Amino acid sequence: MPDPNWSQALRTVAPELTLTIVALIVLVLDLVAGRGRKGALAAIAVVGTLLALGWSVSLWGERLVAYGGMVVADNYSLFFNIAFLAITVLTILLSTSYLRREEADLSEYYVLLLFCTLGMMLMAKGLDLIVIFLGLEILSISNYVLAGFLRTRLQSNESALKYFLLGSFSSAFFLYGIALIYGTTGSTNLGRIAQALQANRDPGPLFQVGMALLLVGFAFKVASVPFHMWTPDAYEGAPTPITAYMSVGPKAAAFAAFLRVFSQPLAAMQGEWAVVLWVLAALTMTVGNVVAIAQPNIKRMLAYSSIAHAGYLLVPMVASGELGTSSLLFYVLAYAFTTLGAFAVVILLSRKGEAGYEIAGYAGLGYTHPVLALAMTLFMLSLGGIPPTAGFVAKFYIFSAAVKAGYIWLTVIGVLTSAVSLYYYLRIVVLMYMREPAEESSAATLTAGPLVTLAIAAFAVLLMGLFPGSIFTLAQSSVFGL
Amino acid sequence: MTITLSHYLVLAAALFVIGLVGVFIRRNAITILMCIELMLNAVNLTFIAFASHMNAVDGLIFVFFVITVAAAEVAVGLAIVIALFRNRDTVNLDELNLMRW
Repeated sequence: MPDPNWSQALRTVAPELTLTIVALIVLVLDLVAGRGRKGALAAIAVVGTLLALGWSVSLWGERLVAYGGMVVADNYSLFFNIAFLAITVLTILLSTSYLRREEADLSEYYVLLLFCTLGMMLMAKGLDLIVIFLGLEILSISNYVLAGFLRTRLQSNESALKYFLLGSFSSAFFLYGIALIYGTTGSTNLGRIAQALQANRDPGPLFQVGMALLLVGFAFKVASVPFHMWTPDAYEGAPTPITAYMSVGPKAAAFAAFLRVFSQPLAAMQGEWAVVLWVLAALTMTVGNVVAIAQPNIKRMLAYSSIAHAGYLLVPMVASGELGTSSLLFYVLAYAFTTLGAFAVVILLSRKGEAGYEIAGYAGLGYTHPVLALAMTLFMLSLGGIPPTAGFVAKFYIFSAAVKAGYIWLTVIGVLTSAVSLYYYLRIVVLMYMREPAEESSAATLTAGPLVTLAIAAFAVLLMGLFPGSIFTLAQSSVFGL
Repeated sequence: MTITLSHYLVLAAALFVIGLVGVFIRRNAITILMCIELMLNAVNLTFIAFASHMNAVDGLIFVFFVITVAAAEVAVGLAIVIALFRNRDTVNLDELNLMRW
């Protein structure tokens, strides 16, 4: 049956369509663009992403449901989509000079990045478990290839293989969960699952198992302890811009779908899953931060830091409610800009062939590159949650949501682990300002792309730290109505 | 004896668990890949059993999606394994210890 109102349906997915078309155009133009001229294709990818971003902004404030209730464009999904598209633009800016340096300047990279973003957008827009699953797989399969993009390099191979094996392993859990929920409620549509649960308060043990498996699948995707084993290796071996992208984009997308699935149809079961998430959040915050202390490699340290931040993002999920959701949205944005900024510094200081990632190499950066050191200090303070940065305000919001919902102990654990995290974030700051530069001092190659990312990220982190009000109001207006 | 829904579900669960255990105890990347495929097909069986029990088609459509996605996943997975094998001459996960596992 064709959709009676197909123009509305097209409008609902217009940003996704734009992105798909641009990705295909880039793929075709690759044939005519010679080697070493892929920069133009990156520019096309950026323009296309900005176009999709413009579309998403123009849809703001509406609630369009299309394709038989499978896809929705509401403020919640648009907030995430705008964040994803911004992340993608910043990642492309980080990538061009890096790829040229690593002699992997191929346009497939940008195509895969756009498809990956497409998957993330569908995950946020999905109102049906089929759409969410397809979005998840579009995202994951593109991301596996991107992780192994430097195919002559062993570390990149290893990262891709580990990411692939554990990613598809977790997809199986995710799917089995969907299958059992489908079997016990009769539908994969989130709205109809909610109706079935309202009609039948006790859907039986099979449904409980399904919900648990779905939760395990999501916990893998957001890299929550104890399902985080793949993260450090996948992040460390992947090309650095992809590490930056993976630690913000797919994680945020997984949270977008996680929150929608668990707080919309499964809200009736909140008493059961909130307990599990409480434990996961506490474990993730603790293990992520404690293990990060011992890491000598900055990429690996930021990988553990991203695990810890997944724990902080679980806190507002446990708290749920309007305040929980809006504080999660704010946290995602603050974390994304901070992490991308930190990775911009990392990329500027790295050298060809996975060199220059030792934390010890940051010694004396305050003297050799004062501006970079200042920016890095800002991002480290934001990750650690110190005012006047975005990270502080974001942590303040999530913890106040948790306290309001009565989760005092979770808040205590969160604040204590934040204090632990300050140790390794501030260690970099201390190294940069209080040590002499090393002999073969890290000569940063300053290229335009990462510097632009750095400037945008630093601006956003300060803006959200000093004037959080307007962004938080946006986040509050993005809470979905039930 | 008639074969009921629960027979199918138990069979699917058994297949899923066999795949799951295989992922944990096998160290060859290709074998692990096959174990994951076994898990996905257990899910397909569950979907088909539920769909035919409820006389609904949406479960069957879901299976088509799963098969397609699994095919794409295998293509990418084998490509990654080949890229690795060219560099390293092994597909044994225990020997992939460049980074801590």
